[in-house]
Amino acid sequence: MSEMTLDAPEDEGAVTVNDNPVESAIARLKERFPDAVSDDPRDGYEGVIVDADKLIEVSEALRDDLGFEYLSSVTGVDLIDDGKLEVVYHVYNIEEGGSAVVMKAQTDRDNASLPSLVSVWPGADFQEREVWDMYGVHFEGHPDLRRILLWDGFKGHPLRKDWQEPFFEEEHKPFGSRWPGGSVARIEDSNPFGKNVQYPEGWLPTGDEYDVEIDMYPHEPAHREDESTRMVTDKVTVNMGPQHPSTHGVFRMVVELDGETVVSLKPVMGYLHRNHEKIGERNTFIQNIPYTDRLDYLSSMGNNLGYVLTIEKLLGSEVTERAEWIRILMAELTRIANHLWALGFLINDLGALQTPMLYFYLERELILDFFEAASGARLLCNYMRFGGVAYDLPDKVRETDTMTFLHDLIYENIPNVLDQGENLFVGNEIVRTRSIGVGVLTREDAIAYSAAGPVLRASGVQYDVRRAEPYSYYDKLDFDIPVRYNGDVYDRLLIRMDEMRQSLRILEQVLPHLKETEGMPVIGGKPQYAIRMPKAGEAYGRVENPKGELGYYVTAKRRDANPQRYHVRAPSFINLTALGKMCEGHKVADVVVILGSIDIVLGEVDR
Amino acid sequence: MTSQTDPSAGSDITVPDELQNNVVITNIAKVLDPVYNWGRRNSVWPMVFGLACCAIEMICTAASRYDLARFGMEVFRATPRQSDLMIISGTVTKKMVPTIVRLYNQMPEPRYVMSMGACASGGGPFKEGYNVVDGIDKFLPVDVYVPGCPPTPQALINGLIALQEKIGQQSIATVPWYSKQGDEFTGAVPIPVLGPDLVDLRQIDIIREEAAKAETNDTAVEETAESAMPEAA
Ligand code: SF4
Repeated sequence: MSEMTLDAPEDEGAVTVNDNPVESAIARLKERFPDAVSDDPRDGYEGVIVDADKLIEVSEALRDDLGFEYLSSVTGVDLIDDGKLEVVYHVYNIEEGGSAVVMKAQTDRDNASLPSLVSVWPGADFQEREVWDMYGVHFEGHPDLRRILLWDGFKGHPLRKDWQEPFFEEEHKPFGSRWPGGSVARIEDSNPFGKNVQYPEGWLPTGDEYDVEIDMYPHEPAHREDESTRMVTDKVTVNMGPQHPSTHGVFRMVVELDGETVVSLKPVMGYLHRNHEKIGERNTFIQNIPYTDRLDYLSSMGNNLGYVLTIEKLLGSEVTERAEWIRILMAELTRIANHLWALGFLINDLGALQTPMLYFYLERELILDFFEAASGARLLCNYMRFGGVAYDLPDKVRETDTMTFLHDLIYENIPNVLDQGENLFVGNEIVRTRSIGVGVLTREDAIAYSAAGPVLRASGVQYDVRRAEPYSYYDKLDFDIPVRYNGDVYDRLLIRMDEMRQSLRILEQVLPHLKETEGMPVIGGKPQYAIRMPKAGEAYGRVENPKGELGYYVTAKRRDANPQRYHVRAPSFINLTALGKMCEGHKVADVVVILGSIDIVLGEVDR
Repeated sequence: MTSQTDPSAGSDITVPDELQNNVVITNIAKVLDPVYNWGRRNSVWPMVFGLACCAIEMICTAASRYDLARFGMEVFRATPRQSDLMIISGTVTKKMVPTIVRLYNQMPEPRYVMSMGACASGGGPFKEGYNVVDGIDKFLPVDVYVPGCPPTPQALINGLIALQEKIGQQSIATVPWYSKQGDEFTGAVPIPVLGPDLVDLRQIDIIREEAAKAETNDTAVEETAESAMPEAA
């Protein structure tokens, strides 16, 4: 940090030198903005509350002078008791790692408005739109403040605590009609439409409803360039998705084209918005675990891990040794399974239809078989619990002894498929021509746009949560963080290969520990179902998921069985912020490849 | 076949001895249905159409280990115009359902809909969500429901076999898409629109009723207030 700091504390002497970079940064901020920055006074909360007027200045100071240049997460919180809405920012130091400086800004619930931070961190773009959509906080100065997950014209801002959905039953689960005992009254019977809908009182359709799409397309007729020097062509707007085989689900892009060249690209999402957070705030803590499976449904084990880590932070529970090793085993196998899938699809997007994909999937099936034997489910495993994991490893997988199966998997099957993939694709001329120099994201842009995971690391930033802020037993393991520097599609392909090799290295170290700890308990304490928070507070837990940094922001009140606020920082969603930038100037066929190289999963994008 | 193919002809026709092995005399309806169904049943072309987590299992089913090609279904088409089967593989959201209905309308008949997984069948774990449609059958006629969250590839294959059996039992004479009047499921389904919430155009009457109720409630409140006043006076 020293060379980035303009006013080093040693020179001033006013601030006590502190080893903890976060604390010293906060002290520095308070010194510089004594009126605007103050500690969060609430018990169990961390970070600072920043005056809305000074928010931009404080952020700039944090980014430029203190080295906290990576805005990871932006989210809203409804403080209904105080009549306020709060927006929470988590900012990290990329160079040094460590935990976040948490900034909070508050505004009134009526006429909620805050300055937009897009000018400081372009990565705030989609996240601020989400906060506007969900909470109705108006961000002054945001370039394109539209709803993002719902459609324009939707009534209300659903994550506000006083907003109720059509199928609303009770504020919190478990619902009285079902537990304990009880008879279930079907909620749809009470709805006059028999469907999950509600309309404002006295509302009649007028025909205006048809116009919800209008904002998606550029209004002005195509702008004409200097007519003397070049052929005059109109720009064409092409809509790709939401049903399009290349979009990996229900994702949509509105692409403005000049000939075949992309002039601008706007992602449109929300077609799989399943209200994860609203449902999560009604659920009890443990009920949320299976829901996290359905975020990034290709790496359910990783999602579980992030969530249980966060709640364990709040609960202060201990995890047994064997459980930690099993968790790492599962998380790394998930990473391999996910990357195999992602590479298969990327090659598919490059035009090698289906066949290469099948090569990768066979080995992925082996991993899924192991998951099924361990947890009972192939895909959505619901395996981790607070304090450990649900079950110990099975005795047998596919009729083979588990340890032998794992050994074969780690030392034979997966390395083989990686070698095969390398032979077939890495040097392949078509792959190289189509991906080298395509979709370049520079180091500066990657940081500014809050890109995470392989996308960030392919742009030359060696940042991985497993090393930057180690969780579980990752600090005891020996592995490298692969990094590549060109930031194009080819590097993103290669970095996934590298990451799988590193995961294998980790797994090789985990196996002996699994043997050693055999028979030890896999969950600490006795399994709890109705968990109540011992104390009020907030927690932000993050893990390095295959797609990037997956974070959970949870706040809870004392003695509560349900989270007060439950937010997911989804790497796929935030990585998409840079998509428009990456695609500009490329051909429309490259858009498909660039999207494939980001590796999104819609369950996580839309939540 | 002999030149006499009149179905009413029956067994009156004498077949010369030397042709006994080459000629079958039968009723055309009896032949046509099985042949026609056999053809359709074994080349169902599903649409490439993934919605959510269930789609991953659908792709796995099509991949080499489970190999849908064994059932003649490996030809996934990306356009609705060329497909017979729409597998609703995941959560149907309000924002997405207009597109799904439009895709369904674009499929040529005969067309089938399979609801894969808990979400598509009834909203599943996300049923109470404000952006979730609690079951695609609120909008489209569903032929086969496959339970599970997600259904395993085996379950999906089981559902597809069930669909094949269903197709095998149909008769050209009775299926709605060849009859003149059709039934409630033939023809286009009105595409729902996005307003303050999802509007199903077939429910306009109920929406009117509810809107009127709200108004009469208002006036009723006013009236009672008014009528109460003179009494009090
Ligand atoms: S049924 Fe389950 S697996 Fe399928 S889409 Fe719904 S949540 Fe996902």
